[in-house]
Amino acid sequence: MSTDTPDAAAGDAPSRAELAARIDELEDALAAATDEDDGKKMSIIATKGTLDMAYPPLILASTAAAFGYDVTVFHTFWGLDILHEERSKSLKLSSVGNPNMPVPNAVAALPGMDRVTTKMMERRIADNDTATIEELLETSLDMGVEFQACQMTIDLMDYDENDFYDGVTTGVGAATALQDMAEADIQLLV
Amino acid sequence: MSAEFDIAETLDVKGASCPMPVVKTKSAVDDLDAGAVLEVLATDPGSMSDLDGWADGTAGVELVGQEEGDDVYKHYVRKTE
Repeated sequence: MSTDTPDAAAGDAPSRAELAARIDELEDALAAATDEDDGKKMSIIATKGTLDMAYPPLILASTAAAFGYDVTVFHTFWGLDILHEERSKSLKLSSVGNPNMPVPNAVAALPGMDRVTTKMMERRIADNDTATIEELLETSLDMGVEFQACQMTIDLMDYDENDFYDGVTTGVGAATALQDMAEADIQLLV
Repeated sequence: MSAEFDIAETLDVKGASCPMPVVKTKSAVDDLDAGAVLEVLATDPGSMSDLDGWADGTAGVELVGQEEGDDVYKHYVRKTE
């Protein structure tokens, strides 16, 4: 006979009423947890503001919204430019550091080359009927995607809260983003 | 095509590329009555896989047919609820 197994002394055992209360508590917790699982959530952190890197978060956000997901995109550092009404219309593409571009780095680094590569990409976007950044952003806003502009980087970049598209949330920070990520089914850093 | 369903609305997204066929289909489906079928006309070859995946992962819609015509991809989406 094992002495490791303590006998349930009558005094230590929970009463029937205590057990019933505990079961009620757990059932409530289970119901609450299952309720929250109804809709899927996606949380994206957008940190880049070049023309090519502005697309993935917006394409995924609008598509996830079409799936009925609850979507939050938290924009920080150069990602803020995607939400900036003026700057979003003139996002640039650089071929420096991108060996897949048809221009050698030494040439790409020459003054004015970013303008050339950006024009090239803009023409391709137009020829291919690919949605513009502005279109994707407006569409996503219409579909209920929540766009957040990181307050610390707004201040750092010296942007004004009125510079952003209508509907963009300001006054949020890392804790807000982290909470969204913790609750989300999909978390992405772009 | 011998349709086993009536088409309530047609959405023309010819020329549009990812993600617009899916995004515009979603908006058009929102405006339908339950049970109605939306016809989507697209030229984006990716729309075959994308609309299938979207309908599969989205509550309240069902892909009832897809057809590859001459340069046009046709999709039929029913709003189920």
